[in-house]
Amino acid sequence: MRIKSIEDLLEIKKNILNKRKNEENMIIIKVSLATCGIAAGGKHIKEYIIKKMNDEGIKNYIIKDVGCMGYCYLEPTIEVMLPGYQPVVFGRLDKEKIDEIFEKYINRHEIVDGIVPINYNTI
Amino acid sequence: MSYQRYCLICRSSKCNKFSNSIGENFKEILKEKELKESVKVVFTECFGLCNKGPIVKIMPDNTVYTGVMPMDVREIVEKHLIKGEKIERLIHQENKPKQIKIVLRNCGFIDPENIEEYIEKDGYMALAKVLKMSRTDLINEIKLSGLRGRGGGGFPTGLKWEYAYNAKGDEKYVVCNADEGDPGAFMDRSVLEGDPHSVIEGMAICGYAIGAKKGLVYIRAEYPLAVKRLAKAINDAREYGFLGNNILGTDFSFDIEIKYGAGAFVCGEETALIKSMEGERGEPTSKPPFPAEAGYWGKPTNVNNVETLANIPVIINKGANWFNKIGTEKSKGTKVFALAGKINNVGLIEVPMGITLREIIFDIGGGIKDGKKFKAVQTGGPSGGCLTEKDLDTPIDYDTLLAKGSMMGSGGMIVMDEDDCMVAVAKFYLEFTVDESCGKCTPCRVGNKRLYEMLEKVTSGKASMEDLEKIKLLSNVIKDTALCGLGQTAPNPVLSTITNFWDEYLAHVRNKKCPSGQCKELITYTINKDKCVGCTACLRVCPVYAISGKVREPHVIDQEKCIKCGACYTTCKFNAIEKK
Repeated sequence: MRIKSIEDLLEIKKNILNKRKNEENMIIIKVSLATCGIAAGGKHIKEYIIKKMNDEGIKNYIIKDVGCMGYCYLEPTIEVMLPGYQPVVFGRLDKEKIDEIFEKYINRHEIVDGIVPINYNTI
Repeated sequence: MSYQRYCLICRSSKCNKFSNSIGENFKEILKEKELKESVKVVFTECFGLCNKGPIVKIMPDNTVYTGVMPMDVREIVEKHLIKGEKIERLIHQENKPKQIKIVLRNCGFIDPENIEEYIEKDGYMALAKVLKMSRTDLINEIKLSGLRGRGGGGFPTGLKWEYAYNAKGDEKYVVCNADEGDPGAFMDRSVLEGDPHSVIEGMAICGYAIGAKKGLVYIRAEYPLAVKRLAKAINDAREYGFLGNNILGTDFSFDIEIKYGAGAFVCGEETALIKSMEGERGEPTSKPPFPAEAGYWGKPTNVNNVETLANIPVIINKGANWFNKIGTEKSKGTKVFALAGKINNVGLIEVPMGITLREIIFDIGGGIKDGKKFKAVQTGGPSGGCLTEKDLDTPIDYDTLLAKGSMMGSGGMIVMDEDDCMVAVAKFYLEFTVDESCGKCTPCRVGNKRLYEMLEKVTSGKASMEDLEKIKLLSNVIKDTALCGLGQTAPNPVLSTITNFWDEYLAHVRNKKCPSGQCKELITYTINKDKCVGCTACLRVCPVYAISGKVREPHVIDQEKCIKCGACYTTCKFNAIEKK
């Protein structure tokens, strides 16, 4: 699909944004998977999250690989965005922590220990 | 059960001292007030405000309280949570976070292997915009933005582009320098792994500006994931028509090729980088001619660093006048730093130019590990120098760092605490440059090697005062006479530690002692007879059988045999081993 003009580009962007609207009811999980995140075990965390989703029968979720979130000292890290909520970052993950996040945050929307406060501005 | 409100308590680094008792108090008082069911106490990671800690945040009204002590908790519960009155004296006044993500705007937020996610975040809009601009207007916009090269030197990017634009040649090249080699630096890798399209877009814009049809990314093969994601991004960009012939229906054509480096530090120097791309040995050439006149295959070439290029789309989208309001008078925008070393919050950060080291280390970085004392921070990697306590409040930009005997460099920032020996640090960096010297010019090849040997004499207690004078002299000679940036800057760590930590050099030379106890050859381990219970633990761990003694009788270390590994020191449970 070659974009041949600026109008095409704007059209494509519009389509992408429309597609995102269909994702508004989805749980979106981003896993920090740059070299550092992978080295810290991010891929295992991702697999475990997918397994948990299957076990719990949750289907309305999207999981994606993203780059470095900047929190080297907290790796592995993920960002969870529940429908209608602001994204929340969790760090120092292991299976037990993921279990807790599922039990309390994903199922009951209850914030758990160890969330990472946003300490930056972006554009 | 669902909670209506949350009390977030920071449990990170400095706040950690009080977080438990603050938490306990909250729980107790919430229980007393029968709010336990509706307010939850949550411990969080760092807020990046460690200097003002301990931090408590009330959600969902997002009130941040600083300097909260356990005894303040009752007031917070009674006034804020019950009556809804905020406590003015504790409220965090300045609500501007210290970090601004411009280069890292998408890093960690989008899927780097999905071009649609980049387009969603205004990706390639800047390219579309510039294709309607004249080349000189575009270059003027970059000049107006005040952007300077993020690879280390800080040369004004707009001016560099203008030189390449004005240079005559049938073919021109845009080169992205992704040869990140400083120990402890990972900014470029993170950008390429997290947001490769921003670099591709920056390169295409630069290509249009200077009139190049071809771009090259010089990246080290030891960054396999960055290479993989970049290659995928280039293919996707080509498929979508952001690269290739007649981009977005205009007559501008531009494509990008990846060139792999073998990981030689000197290839980060632009002339050596170009030689390496041509298939020759990565050796620098003397300037002039600058790459803008005669670069890759003798054609006009513009070399920019990854971070510099990632800034370009934002400058175009937001305007130069937006960008140049961030930062200091002569250094605009932000800088990405890789915070490493003896610091609590090791991480990748992006801060506006002009921020102080204190804010970076003690707020964002969460202070020094294990409550130790800050000693120095090395900026600019092996080419830079160290900054100390007295520099903590200096606003950081290209010029202030140079004036302090260090440099911005590409953004590695290694923090050292009281346990680090500064002579050993200087020796470490020098060893790196000695290894990485290409060997072309004598000052660097021979000079740095001799300088290293002299430092070795210092750390082993064999140096004289005369040697120290020689170290100073040789450092300055190398600085003045080496061919390229690598050699010219190699003695910087030595010179800056001599300036800032002369006492430590003197201690090694005059007293034959290493004040931080790091230089093995100057340490002696002895057993304190009064404390030793004769448990034989040290005797059993000693790898060279230097410890002898009978059970329940004090042991002794044979200094002749001791290799100073410190195994006994860490094993002894009675603090009977003394390190001097």
